[in-house]
Amino acid sequence: MQSLNLRAALTSLVFLVVLLGLWEAFNQPPEASGELSEFELLMGGADQEARVPPPSQVLGHAWDELSNPFYDAGPNDKGIGIQLAYSLYRVLTGYFLAALIAIPLGFVIGMSPLMYKALNPFIQVLRPISPLAWMPLALFIIKDSEQSAIFVIFICSIWPMLINTAFGVANVRKDWIKVAQTHELGALKTAFQVILPAAAPTILTGMRISIGIAWLVIVAAEMLVGGTGIGYYVWNEWNNLDLNSVIFSILMIGVVGMLLDLALGAVAKLVQYEE
Amino acid sequence: MSKSFVSVEGLARKYPQKEGELVVFEDVNIGIEKGEFVCIIGHSGCGKSTILNVLAGLDSPSAGAVIMDGREVSGPSLDRGVVFQNYSLLPWLTALQNVSFGVRARFPQWSKQQVNDHSKKFLEMVGLGHSLEKKPSQLSGGMRQRVSIARAFATSPKLLLLDEPFGALDALTRGVIQDELIKIWGETHQTVFMITHDVDEAILLADRILLMTNGPHARVAESVTINLPRPRQRASVVKDPGYYKIRNYLVNFLVERSGELAGSGGEESGSFKTLEVDPTQLADTGETNNSMVEMPDLVASH
Repeated sequence: MQSLNLRAALTSLVFLVVLLGLWEAFNQPPEASGELSEFELLMGGADQEARVPPPSQVLGHAWDELSNPFYDAGPNDKGIGIQLAYSLYRVLTGYFLAALIAIPLGFVIGMSPLMYKALNPFIQVLRPISPLAWMPLALFIIKDSEQSAIFVIFICSIWPMLINTAFGVANVRKDWIKVAQTHELGALKTAFQVILPAAAPTILTGMRISIGIAWLVIVAAEMLVGGTGIGYYVWNEWNNLDLNSVIFSILMIGVVGMLLDLALGAVAKLVQYEE
Repeated sequence: MSKSFVSVEGLARKYPQKEGELVVFEDVNIGIEKGEFVCIIGHSGCGKSTILNVLAGLDSPSAGAVIMDGREVSGPSLDRGVVFQNYSLLPWLTALQNVSFGVRARFPQWSKQQVNDHSKKFLEMVGLGHSLEKKPSQLSGGMRQRVSIARAFATSPKLLLLDEPFGALDALTRGVIQDELIKIWGETHQTVFMITHDVDEAILLADRILLMTNGPHARVAESVTINLPRPRQRASVVKDPGYYKIRNYLVNFLVERSGELAGSGGEESGSFKTLEVDPTQLADTGETNNSMVEMPDLVASH
């Protein structure tokens, strides 16, 4: 038999075909029986029940959307590319702001047992709060829905990065610290040349968890704030009863989330080391 | 009295306990001359590693002080290079980067090229010229320790501290690296202070071996001069007529006297004198000679 990868790919393909086949088979509109009444014509054909569109329709729709992803025909009709770009912009802005604060702060907490103990209660209370619970407060204080969405991303992605950075820094092997000491490295040099590379894999794990959470949260946040973004798009298409678009955008959310994770995974590989 | 290059004066390490205190070692006085290779031997728990850490500036004693080159040691410094038993290489750096890490810290004014060349030279000295770009995880234990030794020598510290550098290596590898250590030391003539559990290793390398009694209340009981001719080689040094005399003397100390002398004379603190011995000048009692030859591994396995 061939390599494991090939076999896995084939098996995946089989699952995909079976799944799509079943979906397709169970969601066919009933055949039109005879002449349509006036009422039936008004309601758009013989199909009286609400049905999930079959994959053939969704894929056709996806093809249309993806072949022109950046069109802009007014506030309620923008291409999927534009919507995703808005979401990515918010996610990345909030995420990098969080990293900017979480990583240095995590360093301090990791290096100072005092700060660790002093800040731990705050972290433990703030961390379990659903990021969306901040939304009303954010809207009131910031008075801007766009920035409030970014704030929500910021607050949800800060915790894994903060905790992982602190943990990684606190657990740098004492031997490596000794190496820095015996080479008379100053505090800054020790931080950048020894502690940072030593803790980098742990920090990157935190960053990877954070980007995943941020991408989960942006959909919900945009459903609330509206206007633009993939979350808004899903909800808007639901209001339009365009289930093709809803399913298509769900898939796109999955694909983009996967790409974000792959990107962080690639960066994590760069800083990984073997002991 | 002339001061030694490194002088350890009245060093002690005590831990307060419920009743009284636990004295690991006390009254430790050591003098090390410039360019001298000194080994220290003693059973586990006598505080050898603590003494070395104090010399390195990584630990502080309960009493006493270390003076090096006229200055008190009060913290880690590039003047004292350390090689630890567990190599202490930074695993995300290559062999070359690990060495140049040290060189750059030592000579910050050097250009990149200078740092690189200097680091390469020392890695080649320990026979690692072909593994410059390998990460520690890709190197065997012996090769890692060579990188560590190269890093220490490349920073040319005034005092080199080796904490059981070969303790984790198999006997064959150990032998090879000992030879390399002799070679590199022969070229640089660093002052070296080394902890070892291996009597043969100590005789092969050292100018002088310090013998510690068992803890608690451990002391440096004797200072044994090893006047075997240099350069020494593993294969030929054992043929020297003085070799077994020295070896038996050391083994005898570790097996018998290290325990007998332990804790003796504790009351008159500050008056303890280290005995200076040259076993080759001792009268042949015959007794030690024959009885001890048969037990070479007693010490290696402490």
